[in-house]
Amino acid sequence: MADADESPIVLPDDPSFGPEVQVDYPGYRSTRWRAPKRPLVSLPEELHELAGPVFGPQALGPLDHDLTRQHEGAPLGERIVVHGRVVDEDGRAVRGALVEVWQANSAGRYHHVVDQHPAPLDPNFTGAGRCLTDDEGRYRFVTIKPGSYPWGNHENAWRPAHIHFSLFGHAFTQRLVTQMYFPGDPLFVFDPIFNSVRDPNSRALLVSRFDIDATQPEWALAYEWDIVLGRGGAGTTPLEEQS
Amino acid sequence: MTLPRTPSQTVGPYYAIGLCRRAENELAPRSAQGAVQLIGQLLDGEGTPIGDGMIELWDAAGKRWGRSGTDGDGRFSFVVTKPDPGPDGAPRFDAFVFARGLLRHQLTRIYFPDEAEANARDPVLSSLAEADRETLIAVQENSAMRFDIRMQGDRATVFFAH
Repeated sequence: MADADESPIVLPDDPSFGPEVQVDYPGYRSTRWRAPKRPLVSLPEELHELAGPVFGPQALGPLDHDLTRQHEGAPLGERIVVHGRVVDEDGRAVRGALVEVWQANSAGRYHHVVDQHPAPLDPNFTGAGRCLTDDEGRYRFVTIKPGSYPWGNHENAWRPAHIHFSLFGHAFTQRLVTQMYFPGDPLFVFDPIFNSVRDPNSRALLVSRFDIDATQPEWALAYEWDIVLGRGGAGTTPLEEQS
Repeated sequence: MTLPRTPSQTVGPYYAIGLCRRAENELAPRSAQGAVQLIGQLLDGEGTPIGDGMIELWDAAGKRWGRSGTDGDGRFSFVVTKPDPGPDGAPRFDAFVFARGLLRHQLTRIYFPDEAEANARDPVLSSLAEADRETLIAVQENSAMRFDIRMQGDRATVFFAH
């Protein structure tokens, strides 16, 4: 343990990683016994699975997109709108993508039995949402701004505020699980999970943009966050290119 | 123009709030002909069960999908029927592994123990060394199929680039 505990929590930037996260990032302690150590086996191009699961509206409940209306009362915290577009690397809209989100409440506590952070639970906030992207690849959630919380990875470790995102595009290769952060968080420079994306330009893609135009007067601040998935591969040509 | 991809981040320990809100681990009804339980344990490099992991199964041939979180003993469980074989290989599931501590999900394949002939012909299985091949073939355990996933170590499961 001594070795790992003495390694730096945050490594210097390294643009050579590009969009790839460093899966054995030493500052994030849980990677140590969990990240695969052997090189990944490359499949020949023709054996790559291209199709992937596709979800329809039956996957959604009526209020799944609004995390502030899933209980009798309104949750405490700063109400926000989080929206953006899901596109592929060629900038084409990914339609009908299932977007799932989960997050801590405004006090920085998850509605989960394992989370024992001594911050209050909010009976009016579960912190889970789902939606499908529209024809332009757009998604939109209403929620409250999650709080930061301590996580025990190292002395005085606090996660920057974030919302977890899970996406299914059209193709197997477009599966993505990631986290959206908020602009200007002072905890960025101390967080090994955020910094496990070692290319600073790629890391910046995890940070949403405050959006005054989508901010709704007297009601909610808005943040915009676009998501870029890998290419869909054969058989996933968007509808506009098939005609 | 190529846009830079959004990087991956871990699902973290509380993914179940968002991803396991409903049971999605039955790829076939329990009453279906040939339905079996596919069970297994997700283990870290010290052999310790990973109690905050999640497995997603994808049957590309039949377009069936499901997922199961792991319990405190690292155990996951599905109900499946055997997929049709792909055009070029043996019947199989693709499986993604997610967990706290995994900054990106990992891809593996689950083949069937009673398909020795098809498995021997399968281009992916036959490209691997014997010991590695074995990590991808489930074993029969009573009436269930068992597929343990080892993230690291001598018997580490083979993971594929994706």
